[in-house]
Amino acid sequence: MPQERIRNFSIIAHIDHGKSTLADRILELTDTVSGRDMREQVLDSMELERERGITIKAQAVRVEWKGHQLNLIDTPGHVDFTYEVSRSLQACEGAVLVVDAAQGVEAQTVANAYLAIENDLDLLPVLNKIDLPQANPDAVAAEVAELIGDDAANVLRISAKTGEGVADVLDAIIERFPAPAGQSEAPARALVFDSAYDQYRGVVAFVRVVDGIFRPRERLRAMAQGTRFEAEELGFFAPTMTPTGMLEAGEVGYVVTGLKDVSRLRVGDTLTVEARPAEAPLPGYKEVKPMVFAGLFPTDSDDYPDLRDALDRLKLNDAALVYEPETSQALGFGFRCGFLGLLHMEIVRERLEREFDLDLLVTAPNVAYVVVSKAGEEVEVHSPSDMPNEIERVDEPYIKASVIVPKQWVGAVMELCNERRGRFDHMEYLSEERVVLIYELPLAEIVLDFYDQLKSRTRGYASFDYDLAGYREGDLVRVDVLIGGESVDALSLVIHRDSAYARGRALVDRLREEIPRQFFDVPIQAAIGSRIIARETVKAKRKDVLAKCYGGDITRKRKLLEKQKAGKKRMKQVGAVEVPQEAFLAVLNLDEAKR
Amino acid sequence: MSHVRHLYVHLPFCAYRCGYCDFVTLVGRRGDHGSYAAAVLSELELERPLLTTELETIFVGGGTPTYLERDALTGLLAALPPASELTIEANPETVTRELADGLRRAGVTRVSLGAQSFQPHLLEVLDRHATPDIVRRAFYHLRDASFDNISLDLIYGIPGQSTADLERDLEAAVALQPEHLSLYELEAKPGTRFTHAHGEELGRQAEAMEDYLERVVDVLRSAGYRWYETANFCLEASRAGGRDLRSLHNLAYWRGRDYLGLGIGAVSTVSDRRWQNAPRLRPYLEALAERRRPPREVEPLPPEVRLRERAMLGLRLDQPLLLASVDGALDGQALRRLERLALVERHGEDGGATIELTERGRFVGDAVAAELIA
Repeated sequence: MPQERIRNFSIIAHIDHGKSTLADRILELTDTVSGRDMREQVLDSMELERERGITIKAQAVRVEWKGHQLNLIDTPGHVDFTYEVSRSLQACEGAVLVVDAAQGVEAQTVANAYLAIENDLDLLPVLNKIDLPQANPDAVAAEVAELIGDDAANVLRISAKTGEGVADVLDAIIERFPAPAGQSEAPARALVFDSAYDQYRGVVAFVRVVDGIFRPRERLRAMAQGTRFEAEELGFFAPTMTPTGMLEAGEVGYVVTGLKDVSRLRVGDTLTVEARPAEAPLPGYKEVKPMVFAGLFPTDSDDYPDLRDALDRLKLNDAALVYEPETSQALGFGFRCGFLGLLHMEIVRERLEREFDLDLLVTAPNVAYVVVSKAGEEVEVHSPSDMPNEIERVDEPYIKASVIVPKQWVGAVMELCNERRGRFDHMEYLSEERVVLIYELPLAEIVLDFYDQLKSRTRGYASFDYDLAGYREGDLVRVDVLIGGESVDALSLVIHRDSAYARGRALVDRLREEIPRQFFDVPIQAAIGSRIIARETVKAKRKDVLAKCYGGDITRKRKLLEKQKAGKKRMKQVGAVEVPQEAFLAVLNLDEAKR
Repeated sequence: MSHVRHLYVHLPFCAYRCGYCDFVTLVGRRGDHGSYAAAVLSELELERPLLTTELETIFVGGGTPTYLERDALTGLLAALPPASELTIEANPETVTRELADGLRRAGVTRVSLGAQSFQPHLLEVLDRHATPDIVRRAFYHLRDASFDNISLDLIYGIPGQSTADLERDLEAAVALQPEHLSLYELEAKPGTRFTHAHGEELGRQAEAMEDYLERVVDVLRSAGYRWYETANFCLEASRAGGRDLRSLHNLAYWRGRDYLGLGIGAVSTVSDRRWQNAPRLRPYLEALAERRRPPREVEPLPPEVRLRERAMLGLRLDQPLLLASVDGALDGQALRRLERLALVERHGEDGGATIELTERGRFVGDAVAAELIA
């Protein structure tokens, strides 16, 4: 297809503003795929295609419209995947910015719009859900126009649900978005904007060909990573996998690589043909680094090998996931896992539980700290128990957060951000009613429950997005927990000095409730270094007998003691103290910690 | 084969059912008393080959044995094999002078009287129909019939009970100078109406229980009683003319001896088997009318399980347990830890080595036993 008849675009939107519905309508309108079929074939392809031996989801679908080839490129939906989103956007020339005509501009709308602008994309603003009674298209159109510096008259008004205006969107894509402008004759270059793992075919790369031509069976090379492989098959999604004899400049499609591990082919890398390689890769590749870390432990320690296998399998499909074995006194064998952010963590956890049927304990997450020792050495610390005692300085990651909220909630948001050590940057009125607040916050302050709090304090009206904003020095301390005088590694935490006392107190109180009485007094302490900041005692038990035991009671009584004995065997030993697993769970569990 | 020296007879009938009770009991059914007694004797005949000709102890429990229709009870007691100790349980309101004399004549040597409490409001909570005066009168009737071995049962941890109530109960019991006292924690079974009715208060009582047990031991000791088993006290031999007033029948359980139980719901332990008769009256009567064994549930008891039980039961007593007698049933590492914690003491060497719970160990005896049994 000549490049001038190709358009590559994404749809970007805040969650629930109608991105998927619009995509559905476009497929219906162009591809004669019925709504029901499409739903099965495209949206639920992960489930359905597994039966056919294909386990990947289309990340780019090719449709025909009025003699043009349109490639709709899907973007990951969340802040954690900003980098992935930006690579997907880099594969496009334009982006359809969908805004709910009732809800208006939200934080993700802004973030995505800026990201698209940064990637030099043309924007096609679209108001969706104009059929809703509470839609306020004029006001929202003004908001959108203000946001992207366009004229409100250029904002399309549609209802993806009813299909109204969708054809206009397709027409506008052809009219307003530029055609790709690659060099057809130049050495081949293609941007890897996503990849997936299929258990039979290995890694499938989603690519946007920028220059030249790719053909099946050619030897290819990923220029940044240096990975070499043969293109076993080339093709595109229409919406099912459709092999083709070539992918040429401007086109979007897939390459079956036969590679066995997605980490060997990173998003953002550039593919070229070995026989006639390009001189330089496409710009923009960077290695994404996990910023949020948490321990993942199987609830039943027998499941450890299953967890390892599951992580290995997930890793095939998720290059951003990192993990290393971790042994915890309290929780046994597990993994310390690194995630791009909170949502990434939730996704991984959910997939492990749902797809691999694992029962998991996820510890309260922490961020990646950079610690400078007294000796001047700089180390990155991913776990509080690895935090050295003798430190000169600790740096922690900060984010720039934007919160969009109706103006009556501004106070509530400011209060929350202040509680979380936020530094106010500025505030703008998006409209008469809605405000965007920009704060700088330590990432550590949002990893636990910031989002939940934000939602609950604004009755769900606030939307939130963030971007990493580098490292700053923090007044951070490590709080250790001692049970019976023994420090428990898994319970150590790194926290701002001002919160240390309250948190130490809460931990100690909770443990006192959870640790059963023993044959002796058990002190439970929280300490910063050698200074005790909170202390409680589990008093020794004075009585533990069942009064009555005669001929008819013996079996029951014996079984009771045997059960008790078995229970003791499952307890974790901290020095001489027996601590039930549940006690650790109570203080380590992410869900508990949020309460 | 004929080696069993201890016999338990279960007489399940009661005039009414107390809210807290979870024994196998039947209310009323006076028409069945005669046939039940006959059935028990049939069962005795079937199992007699297990028994030695002269028994050491017989314990007739219930239910309310003394509620059994008079002729049936007299006939039953007369037909039991001879035994050095014959105990019967009695409910205070059933004890008349006449009954006491009758029991004495029937060869009963020991009566266990279910007093439970001397506080009217607590007796009411327990659904007991006896008043404190009836309890005392029953006791005097037994004394007048020249019983010289009477035990009183008391319950503590009753909803509404205070420490002062408990002390008053102990005082009242001691004032009667019984030879023996059993002190039971109220065990409220989850799911029962009683537990439902008193849920919150039972929780409060459970917390007070550790104070209660300490009080019980203190008070009874200073009154001259020996805390010889977790829940049982007897007058010190020195105050009883040298008599050993422990319940010999129950001692047999705690020493891990074999015993035969007759009647519905009764449990027997003989060699490597334990069985429990089904708790239903009709099938029991029908089977024994045809000289068949009643329906039973049998539990195999491999030697290691019996050893474990012997350790668990032996540790309830105030006497040293011969280590060699529970060989292999104990966790050596746990034993050393418990010694270090001064909960268990070890005496003697090698074959003669014994273990014994310390005073503090006895108060947490179940936890110690749970730790010790391998």
